[in-house]
Amino acid sequence: MVELLTDDLERMRERLTRRAFLGRAGTGLGALALAALADPKRLFAESDRWRGVLPALHFPARAKRVIHLYQAGGPSHLELFDYKPKLGQMDGTPMPESFTKGQPIAQLQGRALRCFGPQHPFQRWGRAGQEISTLLPHIGSIADEICIVRSLQTEQINHDPAHTFMNTGTQISGRPSAGSWIWYGIGAEAEDLPGFVVLTSQGRGGQMQPIAARQWHSGFLPSRFQGVHFRSKGDAVLYLRDPEGVTRDQQRDVIDAVAALTKTQPDWVDDPEVSARLSQYEMAFRMQTAVPALTSFADEPRHVLESYGIEGMDGSFAANCLLARRLAERGVRFIQLYHRDWDNHSRLKADIAIKAKEVDQASAALVMDLKQRGMLEDTLVIWGGEFGRTPMAQGDGRDHHIKGFSIWMAGGGIRGGMTHGATDELGYMAVEDVVSIPDLHATMLYLLGIDHTKLTFKLLGRDFRLTDVRGEVVKKILV
Amino acid sequence: MKIPRVLGPVVAFALCASVGGALASAPGPAPTTPAPAVDFARDVQPILAASCVRCHGPRKTEGALRLDTPEGLRKGGDSGAAFTPGDGKGSLLYQRLVAEDPDKRMPRRRRPLTPAQIETVRRWIDGGAPWPPGMVVTAASRPPAAVAKAAASPTDGPLVSFNKDVRPILADNCYACHGPDRNRRQMDLRLDLEEVATAPLPSDEVAIVPGHPETSALIERVTDPDEQRRMPHVSSGKPRLSAAQIDTLRRWIAQGARWEPHWSYIRPTRPSPPAVKDADWPRNPVDAFVLAGIEKAGLAPSPEAERRELLRRASFDLTGLPPTPEEVRAFLADTAPDAYERQVDRLLASPRFGERMAVPWLDLVRYADSAGYHSDNSRTVWPYRDYVIGAFNRNLPFDQFTAVQLAGDLLPDASLEQRIASGYNRILQTTEEGGAQPREYRAIYLADRVRNASAVWLGATIGCAQCHNHKFDPYLARDFYSFAAFFADVKEKPVGRRDPDYLPSETQRPVLESLEAEIDRLRKQLDLSTPELEAAQPLWEKSLAGTRTQSWSALEPVEVSTAQGTRPLIQGNDFSLIATTASGPAPPRDTYTVRLKTALKAITAFRLDALTFDELPRGGPGRDPAGGFVLSEIEIKDAAGRRIPLRHATASTPVAAAASLGPAAAIDGRTSGGGGWALLGADRLDHRLVVEAAEPVGSGDETTLTLVLHQNAGGGRTLGRFRLSGTTDPPPIRTEPGVVITKDMVDLASKDPAKRTAEEQESLAKFYRRVAPALEPVRAALRAAELRKADLVPQIPQSLITTTQPPEPVRILPRGNWLDESGEVVEPAVPHFLPQIETHGRRATRLDLARWLTSAENPLTARVFVNRQWNLFFGHGLSRTLEDLGSQGEWPTHPELLDWLAVEFVETGWDVKRLVRTLVTSATYRQASRTAPELAARDPDNRLFARQARLRLDAEMVRDNALAVSGLLSTRMGGPPVHPYQPRGFWAYLNFPPREWDDSTGEDQYRRAIYTWWQRTFPQPSLAAFDAPSREECVAERTRANVPQQALALLNDPTYVEAARVFAERILREGGPTFEGRLGWAYERALGRRPREEEGRILGDLLRAHRTRYAADPRAARQLVHAGAAPVPGDLDVAELAGWISVARAILNLPELITRS
Repeated sequence: MVELLTDDLERMRERLTRRAFLGRAGTGLGALALAALADPKRLFAESDRWRGVLPALHFPARAKRVIHLYQAGGPSHLELFDYKPKLGQMDGTPMPESFTKGQPIAQLQGRALRCFGPQHPFQRWGRAGQEISTLLPHIGSIADEICIVRSLQTEQINHDPAHTFMNTGTQISGRPSAGSWIWYGIGAEAEDLPGFVVLTSQGRGGQMQPIAARQWHSGFLPSRFQGVHFRSKGDAVLYLRDPEGVTRDQQRDVIDAVAALTKTQPDWVDDPEVSARLSQYEMAFRMQTAVPALTSFADEPRHVLESYGIEGMDGSFAANCLLARRLAERGVRFIQLYHRDWDNHSRLKADIAIKAKEVDQASAALVMDLKQRGMLEDTLVIWGGEFGRTPMAQGDGRDHHIKGFSIWMAGGGIRGGMTHGATDELGYMAVEDVVSIPDLHATMLYLLGIDHTKLTFKLLGRDFRLTDVRGEVVKKILV
Repeated sequence: MKIPRVLGPVVAFALCASVGGALASAPGPAPTTPAPAVDFARDVQPILAASCVRCHGPRKTEGALRLDTPEGLRKGGDSGAAFTPGDGKGSLLYQRLVAEDPDKRMPRRRRPLTPAQIETVRRWIDGGAPWPPGMVVTAASRPPAAVAKAAASPTDGPLVSFNKDVRPILADNCYACHGPDRNRRQMDLRLDLEEVATAPLPSDEVAIVPGHPETSALIERVTDPDEQRRMPHVSSGKPRLSAAQIDTLRRWIAQGARWEPHWSYIRPTRPSPPAVKDADWPRNPVDAFVLAGIEKAGLAPSPEAERRELLRRASFDLTGLPPTPEEVRAFLADTAPDAYERQVDRLLASPRFGERMAVPWLDLVRYADSAGYHSDNSRTVWPYRDYVIGAFNRNLPFDQFTAVQLAGDLLPDASLEQRIASGYNRILQTTEEGGAQPREYRAIYLADRVRNASAVWLGATIGCAQCHNHKFDPYLARDFYSFAAFFADVKEKPVGRRDPDYLPSETQRPVLESLEAEIDRLRKQLDLSTPELEAAQPLWEKSLAGTRTQSWSALEPVEVSTAQGTRPLIQGNDFSLIATTASGPAPPRDTYTVRLKTALKAITAFRLDALTFDELPRGGPGRDPAGGFVLSEIEIKDAAGRRIPLRHATASTPVAAAASLGPAAAIDGRTSGGGGWALLGADRLDHRLVVEAAEPVGSGDETTLTLVLHQNAGGGRTLGRFRLSGTTDPPPIRTEPGVVITKDMVDLASKDPAKRTAEEQESLAKFYRRVAPALEPVRAALRAAELRKADLVPQIPQSLITTTQPPEPVRILPRGNWLDESGEVVEPAVPHFLPQIETHGRRATRLDLARWLTSAENPLTARVFVNRQWNLFFGHGLSRTLEDLGSQGEWPTHPELLDWLAVEFVETGWDVKRLVRTLVTSATYRQASRTAPELAARDPDNRLFARQARLRLDAEMVRDNALAVSGLLSTRMGGPPVHPYQPRGFWAYLNFPPREWDDSTGEDQYRRAIYTWWQRTFPQPSLAAFDAPSREECVAERTRANVPQQALALLNDPTYVEAARVFAERILREGGPTFEGRLGWAYERALGRRPREEEGRILGDLLRAHRTRYAADPRAARQLVHAGAAPVPGDLDVAELAGWISVARAILNLPELITRS
């Protein structure tokens, strides 16, 4: 009996492999994938929509999707969410060595370390009186919806590896990003869109730290789980536009001819790899129609555009926030919006005000827009960057800082109107309820109904997972 | 070479270093109830055997104490008498069993004995410690052989193999907590070591009792109904073992629990090819191994593939390209029995062979044209790529191929090529991110090199031992750092740009060296003061006094655009703008538009600096091949867009022969024509154009100005680096050739020499030497020498190569933490359980490593390589885990075949072409790929290789195939990487500096994909859609995804649209006048076969419909026939051509076209 089942699974595994749902022939299929195989309906349903490798959720899902408002460059927690009056009092005085001794330091290596007071005042917001910078009045106005976490820690002090750590839980290239893990694990609802979409916007001025495509790569997971970058200029999706001089109907004719020609050879069309390829042509054709409709905001009422502070699709962070909501409505599982240029090594006071203005209104508008549509309760919104900034001055700016920084989250099972964790009196070290990046990942997966220790992929002889060997769910911030 | 007994050292390590887990129970008070008398044989002997004599016995005698014989016990050890007869509690033996201090307590660093055991010992001593004479206690491991033998009764079924059947179960389910990683180890139990697994545990259980599954705790625990006790423990997330797995374990133990070292760690020996029933089928020994497996399963191999299919398969597999119709015809007409073998030899001899074989190798070694981290800047290392291609074409033996890459620089009299090959050690990901910490990146690079070299040659995951001992394989953290130490001599700056190494040829070297010496000499001469100069300087100073200087402010650029795709970019802090690079294409003409910020009040004049820059031709400032430029017209507009009238243009450039090339021509109102401010060729000097504004510009509030630079002389005479400044000095503002005298210098010159500081004096003297007429011949000679060097350098090969330096110490980093310097410094060494390198005390080098990798004793390298070669030609490896042949790798389907191939490969001198020829001329290779239903049902996974595989072509082949079919493909080999079409703005998220991809022009647009620029952070998207990897880490096997992005690329990427329209043109020209003739020609060319009638009907319908439509819409037809940069035919009917383009697009999108079957 057992033998028979194993044989059946092997056969289905082969078909599955040939259909290239899971490209790594023979190596990548863990027990979970085999479990998924036990229900053939999951594999050979009408549409090619991937339903995920987990046979069932481990927990009841609080969130169905994630929108990560990724503030790239390292926003200063000390000017945004973590008010440190003591640091202000010590402005200009030497940073006590007890804080910094033996700690990794980026650009301030070998320099005299002096305290640099908060450059913008804070204000209390909402029923719980959460402290939020006066630079963020719109986010302040939704204080009762959001949970501020002031005790994040990361392990990488330079942008590129820190992004990789935030997205994949390790600094080593080649591991899957969170969005890929989630799409692989629980699939997506979208029929004609990818399950993981990445949006990017440029900020003004400043340093424009680069962002590599590896940040949304599927790593060792099959490449179909790679995030698809919707570009803010040109075709939203690469190669989306029909060639010049070819109409939609003609494109259809060509695709139909490809299918008809292939079907004249029975042993070809019976090959699951080939029939899957024909269905990918159908999917591509549908995307060519669906994506332009999605990225045009023609059907959005005026007041919605105004709430985000935009006229239409202009490639800005604000426009991407609205696009994120539209993607979420269409069943995309993981949406990541990179907004660049929070890297305030100098002119912090003026430049962070510019950044804050670029994101404040739209971030808040997105949360409230989701709420009005009844989607906030099952959409996890995360706002934050790859690290924070030093309490020490770097001229009139701050350097990279990994031992304590802030993010906020909303919706999807997160308790609003609370602040979690704390840094020391100078905003250097997270000292209370420390949250590591694996903890953040574990919590995100938990809210999606996934036990982070059980979403694994076997490679090189071990079961890899997003949280590697770490990660504790941060229960205190959950509803 | 010394070969220790495999696994010996592991055992030793395990016994010395195992660390106790948490205490399950502490020794308690002695029970008060009377107990039965202690019997030595029954009660005491097992305790001594399990817990004492391994360290206090004949093999090891800790503290000079032996507890295996009564004499030893009585004699005692270094600490004195072990016991006092009759006084259990007072005896040292007892006291050491219950000691609080874990260093004192026995068994040392292991779990203490149970209270019952301790009580037994006490009572035994109380009773005078009786020991039957002659009874010797041996360390408990396995019961006497007789027992095991008796248990292995025939009823236990076929013999279970440890390596094949048992180890995978243990490795998968148990080793994470009961394996080599001591940090995760539970209950002191190791199931990877026979000695530990069969010894009593602190809990008194024995995990594996050979011959006795019923008393083996392993069986009990994996079948325990209590979820908290059952293994694998519920907290591991692993499912319970299947009934089949448990049965395997049970039978293995019943059969005596025979252990084997992991198969791939044992040196392969050549097995004899097995006997087969169908003796006619095998063409070479490979086939005998395969056929034996097929016959054993009661099946038969597939018939030989049709000749067309066979040649198409071999052509893709050996050259990455389809056969031409002529080649197909020749093969079909060749009736000689060795016709196929001669085709194989032709393909092996083709230069395309090296290009095809290099691709998987470049994936392994992660070759790319950019650095990888953060700004991901380019580095020149393509000569390494060309070396790899050439090495496969020359059939360089794989052992030499290995040595030159790892240690080409260490070979005696290393040739240019060998040094280029040593670039292998330099192509890892590197960073130049500001704030990156050198020590951290040094550790990152060492780890990267260990991961890569061990994966490439050993198929090993030594990288997993960076933070802890490997969980499944016998690699220790020490092995990781010892392996890293081989690379400690590789010169590599931890943080910064990778400047290429110059590799001059024999003839270039003396020229370069003498030029450099001359430049050096001239520079020193300019730095040198002489009495003559010192005498002349005061006069110059006097002449300088009162000179009127100009004060200029550079204007900050905010936005840049260009008309022709050249991209001047904001560069750094000096506000200059720089055109992409010297190597990017220079359009013949261009117009730059720059918006600038200024808060100056009443600007009276502007200065345009044309600046030199090393990456421009001959150092620039222009982009034409001589480093020159022509500025047809300069326009400056105010914030309202109003053009500011300019007048009185003067320049620093030498007076031009023609007035039309003087500065005035830049403000003559004519933006085209041949005239303009010109520099005809680089002279190693910055130049400037100064123009006055007719009216003062700027109110003092911040405003923007727009600078427009028209450069329409043609021939690429555009500016490479420039900057705009403004002045508010009163007019007239003029300039002239020569060095600009600054106000600082005038002030200094006017100062009383007696009051100048030493620095001031020196800076003035230095400045004087820049202008002194007496030194002008020296300056001219220097400029000339620099120009000669600038002309020579582009002809000198440049590539990253390995340079050796005194090795930096490599420490074991506790938990991989680079901040922790407490670890021991290690010397280079190979993994401890493999054959060792013998150097007689000399520090082992990379060359030793390379020779060790390819020594006949090395059990891994040849297996790893032949397994990957097998994968190329059969669709998967003999072991399917190409990246890992360690204990977690998949057991090979044909272990004897793998070993035969490995031994054959080594014994025939690591001859790659010979290996490939053996594989592709085998009967196994020649089978049809069509799957018979019975075979599909019986062997769906094709583990028997009873048929060939259908494989979607790799990314490079998908592209090359379309270009080959259309006739566009260039077969030019080697050289700098090229840029096939890529969507605009795809690199928008790169920075430092920002970059744009410039499509290659001419033949370079149609080069084979292996020559495509490989940008790690943003790989070319059309190749990436077909699973080309980013080459950040070693990739042994690409995924073969099937995603809509592939359909979008084949339908819409200009590469494929252009290929279709060029293909259509050829169909019309070469396919004859009829539809049937044309379609037949197209099918032969694209698919190597004739179209069937049904196919003709479908494509005929498509042609007619689209031809009609394009006849009605000539504009659309014209757009389509203009796709891409290839020349557009003027003599063909546009609607006819456009209709055939649709037919060609359909053919180029067929799944059959991108499949090797």
